[in-house]
Amino acid sequence: MKFKSQKVAYYFFALSMLLLSLQIVYGFIMAFAHMGFDGLHEWIPFNAATATHKNLLVVWILSGFMGAGYFIIPDESDTELWSVPLALLQFYSFAIVGVIAVVGFHVGWFEGRKFLEIPRPLDYLVALNVILFLVILLMTMFKGKKRTTTAWVLTSGLVFAALLYLPGMIWFDNHTVDSFFRWWVVHLWVEGVWELIMGGILAYLLIKLTGVDREVIEKWLYVIVGLTFLSGILGTGHHYYFIGVPKYWLIVGGIFSALEPLAFLGMTLFAIQMYRKGNKKHPNKLAIYWTLSTAIVAFLGAGLLGLAHTLPGVNLYTHGTLVTAMHGHLAFWGAYASLVLAIISYSMPLMTGRKIYDNSIGHMAFWFSNIGMIGMTMAFAAAGVAQVYMERIVGLDFMQAQLEIEPHFFVLIIAATVFSIGITLFIINFIKFGVPVDEAIGEGEEFSALQTS
Amino acid sequence: MLSKKQAKMFFLGGTAVFFLIFIGMTVDTLVNGVPKYTHASQIDDQVRLGRHLWDSNNCMGCHTIMGEGAYYAPELTKVYERRGPEYIKTTFNFPGGWRPNGRNMVEYNFTEQEKEALVAFLKWVGESDLNGFPPKPSVQLNK
Repeated sequence: MKFKSQKVAYYFFALSMLLLSLQIVYGFIMAFAHMGFDGLHEWIPFNAATATHKNLLVVWILSGFMGAGYFIIPDESDTELWSVPLALLQFYSFAIVGVIAVVGFHVGWFEGRKFLEIPRPLDYLVALNVILFLVILLMTMFKGKKRTTTAWVLTSGLVFAALLYLPGMIWFDNHTVDSFFRWWVVHLWVEGVWELIMGGILAYLLIKLTGVDREVIEKWLYVIVGLTFLSGILGTGHHYYFIGVPKYWLIVGGIFSALEPLAFLGMTLFAIQMYRKGNKKHPNKLAIYWTLSTAIVAFLGAGLLGLAHTLPGVNLYTHGTLVTAMHGHLAFWGAYASLVLAIISYSMPLMTGRKIYDNSIGHMAFWFSNIGMIGMTMAFAAAGVAQVYMERIVGLDFMQAQLEIEPHFFVLIIAATVFSIGITLFIINFIKFGVPVDEAIGEGEEFSALQTS
Repeated sequence: MLSKKQAKMFFLGGTAVFFLIFIGMTVDTLVNGVPKYTHASQIDDQVRLGRHLWDSNNCMGCHTIMGEGAYYAPELTKVYERRGPEYIKTTFNFPGGWRPNGRNMVEYNFTEQEKEALVAFLKWVGESDLNGFPPKPSVQLNK
């Protein structure tokens, strides 16, 4: 750690860990309900559980991104954070809004739009909070001595993520128009600007961990984020196939979303190539594992499994079934969850000075969570494909088909248990680090010397 | 070999071009497409109220509509055609919550007008042109 103020990141990472744990609890509630065990229905009906599960995901990943921003930007700009008290104010207000939203879901305070269930009054607070976050980052960059490509890509990803939240706050009379702009937020986040954030964080980690020349890494960063937008913007069309818009979206969405895996493939090849070119001397093995796995699993989950059901002829049958849950789980895990776990694994030893970066708990956390998530994805795939055949092709009633696929949810719960063991071990490591200390300043700087630039 | 500057131009140029195309298609969709495909002129106060109730009760948290939502309860795009208004209205305030085949729906306390509004919204959704969704089953075992 170079600067005292980078410690602010710890608060966000700790919040991420807490919310991730809660998200998993709600996942179990939903999986059991799918099997017919819905004893909590009176207090946590399924629609409250799903809103909580999805929004906790969004909030813990955003919290991880914010932590990453506060850790990376001072380092890249070579200066202290512009204002630590404001960053802390931003943290507490972010956490409070999150708590109000989650409690609200349990008393039926919703907006009821998938992924954007937070009611509109809270949207304004979220927007204010994110503006504060961005002001702190941008002020830090402007007063900094350096302005690197990595910092710019990361920050512009965060700025555009904030801007794209706005179309989701407008009320439209027509449900189709509402859905149209809801995807401006959700799709252009996860298959657009969040990939800028991902590219920025990944580039930073690769520069630090492999020692490869910054110019080479940042050049390929441009190519990858270029590919992302080239395919991802018009790829939004795959959400528009069946919502009441013209047929040209079937063609445009089909072609460009079929190209979307290219950006993720680029990300994978980029990470693996840089690792192979690198000096492999960095002692933080766990950070390297998570960095490579985020690049690889993102391609599998977001790229390949997305491609599996993105063509209009296939999607006509799989749209609105558990096939989507199959893709969604591995995509978010690979692209964004693993990325946050990578930056946490990299930064915690530097902030606390404790060299927990190659221990067996950490390795077990990595393998259990990844294997568990792959098992969950397979359970969703089996359930989803069976559902498509029974309901969409054979014409069984929805509930008849659901009763037939219940055993897949048993497999899902077993796999989710393995996954949860992995996450628990990760959190145990996180707690073992303790809190960041000023004595850790200068920690890890010896590895900067390993870099060729 | 590609230079960093060329890579940057590829990123900025490509993004600008495709974003402009996207905006153009969006405008065409909203101006020429949506009103026709969704029979926008039929959106009256009842449909609006129904949509508001649909959102504020997070019906999408269990059901899908136009294939969007959660996968716990049936797809409702064509429910008006499939079940008719009276069946739909029965489910809302059912004592103890509507519970077909073991899955529990929340017990609501809607007024008659609110029930009518939800039915109107579902009817409007069912009449939209959704490019063939939901597909007609190729084999019909139930018939």
